Amino acid sequence: MTAPAPIRDFLVLPLPGMGARHLIERSVLVYRRIWLVLVSGFFEPLFYLLGIGFGLGAMVGSLPGPDGQPIPYQLFVAPALMATSAMNGAIYDSTFNIFFKLNFQRTYEGVLATPLGVVDVAIGEIAWALIRGTLYAIGFFVVMFVLGLVASPWAVLTIPAAMLIGFAFAAVGMAATTWMRKIQDFDLLALVQIPLFLFSATFFPLSTYPAELQTIVQLSPLYHGVELMRDLTLGHVGPWLLVHVAYLAALGALGLLVCSRRLGRLLLK
Amino acid sequence: MAAVPFAPVSHPSAASLISARGLTKRFGDFTAVDAIDFDVAPGESFGFLGPNGAGKTSTMRMIGCVSPISGGTLRVLGLDPAADGRRIRAQLGVVPQQDNLDTELTVRENLLIYARYFEIGGPDARRRADELLEFVQLADRAESEVEPLSGGLKRRLTIARALINEPTLILLDEPTTGLDPQARHLLWERLYQLKRRGATLVLTTHYMDEAEQLCDRLVVMDQAKIVAEGSPRELIERHVTREVLELRLPADDQAPLDGRFDGLEPLVERVEQRPDRVLLYTSDGEAAVERIHERGVRPESALIRRASLEDVFLRLTGRTLVD
Repeated sequence: MTAPAPIRDFLVLPLPGMGARHLIERSVLVYRRIWLVLVSGFFEPLFYLLGIGFGLGAMVGSLPGPDGQPIPYQLFVAPALMATSAMNGAIYDSTFNIFFKLNFQRTYEGVLATPLGVVDVAIGEIAWALIRGTLYAIGFFVVMFVLGLVASPWAVLTIPAAMLIGFAFAAVGMAATTWMRKIQDFDLLALVQIPLFLFSATFFPLSTYPAELQTIVQLSPLYHGVELMRDLTLGHVGPWLLVHVAYLAALGALGLLVCSRRLGRLLLK
Repeated sequence: MAAVPFAPVSHPSAASLISARGLTKRFGDFTAVDAIDFDVAPGESFGFLGPNGAGKTSTMRMIGCVSPISGGTLRVLGLDPAADGRRIRAQLGVVPQQDNLDTELTVRENLLIYARYFEIGGPDARRRADELLEFVQLADRAESEVEPLSGGLKRRLTIARALINEPTLILLDEPTTGLDPQARHLLWERLYQLKRRGATLVLTTHYMDEAEQLCDRLVVMDQAKIVAEGSPRELIERHVTREVLELRLPADDQAPLDGRFDGLEPLVERVEQRPDRVLLYTSDGEAAVERIHERGVRPESALIRRASLEDVFLRLTGRTLVD
């Protein structure tokens, strides 16, 4: 042998981004032992469904659905809460957990000393957060089905829709977390998350808002998730759904891009 | 004996594993590493010695391909970190200054998931993890959580983790800083085992004894520059005398030296006054003690010791390493 450089050439390197699956494996390994933490996030939207959908719903009765036909209030609220559960699951994971790993555990510094790069980290962590959001949404869907709140076979598509919502919020949540410097910064998160939850045509239709506010509501990513879910569960399907899909996908892609850049700036100085 | 925990280099005559020319790192206006040159040969144990802030960690991060260089050229394993970072990192074992173990996982899981980052999985990863736990004497803690482990045990796990991919080059940034003496000695012994089996180690330290124990060759860094280079023995021979006479003067006699130690040349080459003691650099400590006694100097204690890298550093920079 006369090769001058002691390089081992048999190593097969994955393409950038492919290493993301190992970050997902890591999360699975972590949550295998603390799965109870996961379960807790499922109950919040369920309580809202029972309390508001059925409790308050008994007083509301019915209201006009997407196609103008009256629908029971529970049927109106349930898909919105399914969208919310996907959002919450994704945000739980992409904010506090990422903050901890980025600033205290320094997990990513260890990861970046291997062939993996910031794109792998961003994709892997966002993917896990969206998986968590999707798991909540699936759990919620089962409840909806059992309670007779699934009105159309199109509702099957709410599962991929939940993944899309999870993606958008996970990516934006993680991107925002890269700017957080201290735990107190997370108080701001509640300031964003609660109005999103309440005012994204979740509990009352867009038409009830004053005209000026309707435009603002339509900017909310959760609004697009809610509308998407509602139309699918009620079987009110048409090309307009693609607008919601495009909005959420674009937001997720932007978040992912920002995330990778920010991680690079923070960790590869 | 357990399997060799690194990839031995088949050609000791091969080109340098690391080659730096004019290597520079700037953070804004601050220059952390200022145009340094060095080479690391395969199988060598190479050290960066210097105080905190000398630029050692910045240099290590550039070698580790996690910090872009600001100037000069750097080749690691013959490759350019800017273009082939992933490929280089696949063959590095990195022990960072601060442990970044995965505290959400157990000891063994830490190794298994790290193996996955290198695309090593299944039985290969498990076998390797078990061998390495054996190597760092952590086999009985395999199922433990990481958090309750002592600093020394965490450090050993970090080293095991760095060896999971059978690295060609092992980078250790202050491997024993903050450990108690017993833990340090155990780590040194493990690192010495690696070195004996032909591993290429690059380490930074501000401990003289560590550099003397582990490094075949080292560079002394101070204020972003390399101020000296050689084997520990060479550096001592070149920059200081064979022996050092350390005198502690009585507490009421800390006054200026008043020429008390003047004119002792050539027996005493140099006199260094430190806040708590006086150092006489000499080829013959016994003779020097006699001479100062003749002059009526009555120190509280007089210690003759071999010169160390600490003395080299003091000589080169006028400062001690750990202030």
